[in-house]
Amino acid sequence: MSPHAALTPDTLAPHASAAHAEHYDPVACKIGMWLFLFTEVLLFGTLFIVFAVYLTLHHFDFASGSRQLDKLLGAANTMILLTSSLTMALAIAAMQRSNRRLSVALLTATLLLGLAFLGIKAHEWHHKFEHDLYPRSATMLANPYGQQVFYGLYYTMTGLHALHVIVGCGAIVSAMVLIRLGRVRADRIAFIDNTGLYWHLVDAIWILLFPLFYLIG
Amino acid sequence: MTSIPAPLTPALPTYLDVRRGLVSWLTTTDHKRIGIMYLCGILFFFLFGAAMAVTFRLKLYSPGLHFISNETYNRLLTLHGVTMIFLVIIPSIPAIFGNFFLPIMLGARDVAFPRLNLMSWYCYMTGGLFALTSIAYGGPDTGWTFYVPYSLRTSGNVLLPILAAFILGWSSILTGLNFVTTVHRLRHPAMSWFRMPLFIWSLYATAWVQIIATPVIAITLVMVLLERFMGVALFDPSRGGDPVLFQHLFWTYSHPAVYIMILPAMGVVSEIIPTFSRKTIFGYKYIAFSSVAIASIGSLVWGHHMFTAGMSDYARVTFSFLTFLVAVPSAVKVFNWLATMYRGSIYLGPPMVFTLMFIFLFSIGGLTGLILGSLATNIHVHDTAFVPAHFHYTMFGGAMVVFFGAMHYWWPKMFGRMYHFGRAYASAVLFFIGFNLTYFPLFLAGVHGMPRRYADYLPEFTVYHRTSTIGSWIMVAALLLMIGNLIAALFNGKRIKDRNPWGGATLEWQTPSPPPPSNFTAPPDLSRGPYDYPVEVQDP
Repeated sequence: MSPHAALTPDTLAPHASAAHAEHYDPVACKIGMWLFLFTEVLLFGTLFIVFAVYLTLHHFDFASGSRQLDKLLGAANTMILLTSSLTMALAIAAMQRSNRRLSVALLTATLLLGLAFLGIKAHEWHHKFEHDLYPRSATMLANPYGQQVFYGLYYTMTGLHALHVIVGCGAIVSAMVLIRLGRVRADRIAFIDNTGLYWHLVDAIWILLFPLFYLIG
Repeated sequence: MTSIPAPLTPALPTYLDVRRGLVSWLTTTDHKRIGIMYLCGILFFFLFGAAMAVTFRLKLYSPGLHFISNETYNRLLTLHGVTMIFLVIIPSIPAIFGNFFLPIMLGARDVAFPRLNLMSWYCYMTGGLFALTSIAYGGPDTGWTFYVPYSLRTSGNVLLPILAAFILGWSSILTGLNFVTTVHRLRHPAMSWFRMPLFIWSLYATAWVQIIATPVIAITLVMVLLERFMGVALFDPSRGGDPVLFQHLFWTYSHPAVYIMILPAMGVVSEIIPTFSRKTIFGYKYIAFSSVAIASIGSLVWGHHMFTAGMSDYARVTFSFLTFLVAVPSAVKVFNWLATMYRGSIYLGPPMVFTLMFIFLFSIGGLTGLILGSLATNIHVHDTAFVPAHFHYTMFGGAMVVFFGAMHYWWPKMFGRMYHFGRAYASAVLFFIGFNLTYFPLFLAGVHGMPRRYADYLPEFTVYHRTSTIGSWIMVAALLLMIGNLIAALFNGKRIKDRNPWGGATLEWQTPSPPPPSNFTAPPDLSRGPYDYPVEVQDP
């Protein structure tokens, strides 16, 4: 036996091995995830600041732009995402109680709701594109300045948000795979827990996006 | 002189030779190896950035249009800025020495998320590759600030450098996230917050700034790309956008970024000065909290880059006041360092020489910063050569000189070999001369009205530019000598093995040089604090 093998860090300093890749530290995972969510809040926060500035500059154009959006679809999407947050939270609660089947079922429900949200969003975008309201289109360029910026922000912010929903769906699928593989268990819940946190954040951002774009008209 | 006893332990594998081959490096999750990989990348990009600077400085040797075209000049200038800021100074100390020493100084085995750490390195290299590739596609000519509306319309290549900055931002965020978590979770049980070395405090404060500021620039640059390539109206004034808003968002990150650059350097200085003065640090808590204060106040001063860009007087006065306020914690640090040296037993080893050089150059940079931070004088020197002169005194004379000091301080620990002292001193002196010759004339040229960034100038400015260009040659010679000396030490430097050549009291000096893969061969001894001197110096 080499002298090195005798001096494993675990025997020397048990705390130190916490950093080892194989070691599982749920608290560290939680801290890391919250810090990441914090960067996400700042990412969207920047866009909200831009929105606030342009709303002040182009108040009336923003209002008329907002009236062109479909409030019903926006409200439906809000309900869908809020429900998906509920199923997500229940999926984690089920996993904590070691109920794998229920957890996977609830994750599937969350995933379907997420896809429904994306479907409606795609329909809304498509509808606008059909009316020649896409960036740099002839109709768009003929619009007042404020409306061009309104749509610029609309596409940027809902687009970035949709991208986050897609990433969230990917995370949910990964969580389901990891549950099947037994790598996510009642005593090893960090991955599904963090997926849930991410999903709630994406939901919370939509709760702000909805009134800002659909209800200021 | 007593002979050094042979090491009692049989040769343990070090982190360098425990596994061999390129693949073992590219797939490693060992924080020390990742630190070394960053070192290779950063030194490469540093020389690359320096080469660009020397090239356009050569053009400025005399007035008129010659040697390189104005377009090439603009592109070199931009790429020099992008490279030096995003690829060199921001990652330099945290990614190399932070990665290598943060866990060791905390008594831990690795960072909290080792695989994420490796991913950060790949992000860094990808970003670097994008920046390099942009040369082949014309290169950016916007200046490293990517100001709209020019960056929306220029025929230069904006896509690749912006993507580079975006990806490098991710690398920076992930490193920051990793360090904050590591400091919270992996400190040795006996290491309370106020027993942490000050380098760790500064890395901790820096990591928070990285987390808080970087997302803002990331999304802002994405908006520029969306507007440029998809026609999404966001900043273009001809379509209802507000370019000054872009500047606000840009500097919301980019001013805190200079604290990302300087804070870790200040942390290194807080290690080197007590070690080389053989005296405990003066005002430990004040230095620790001043790092946090600089990080917090420094996040609220970005408006001073835009005093002439169009802002209310109320905002300008507030930003100016906050700018002056940030000088207070900076001065707290400098005075505490000087008080540490007072009546200390100072040993002028090469790391200490670089550190003293830092205090001198950074003071010039800091004091000229007050001229720029005052509303009245700012109008006069705004956008003149005074600004790059100030910037290079703080960032190159500040952060990078400490980076050189850190290399000389920790090189024997990282590689187990000592470099040649004479050449190290010679490079330091030569660098000091070259540095001042290069940048001091730019202060004078700026005060006399020489605009920054210009490819040409009036004959009256020839003397300043010519001195500066000659200085840049001396500086490059010094850099090559210094880096060459360090690299030569890897092959024929004197082995130092288990010794503590500087008499450092922090935990990294308790482990062999180079350290074993698991960082410690025996449980680290935390009975003494990080600045309890004297520690036996084993003749370097």
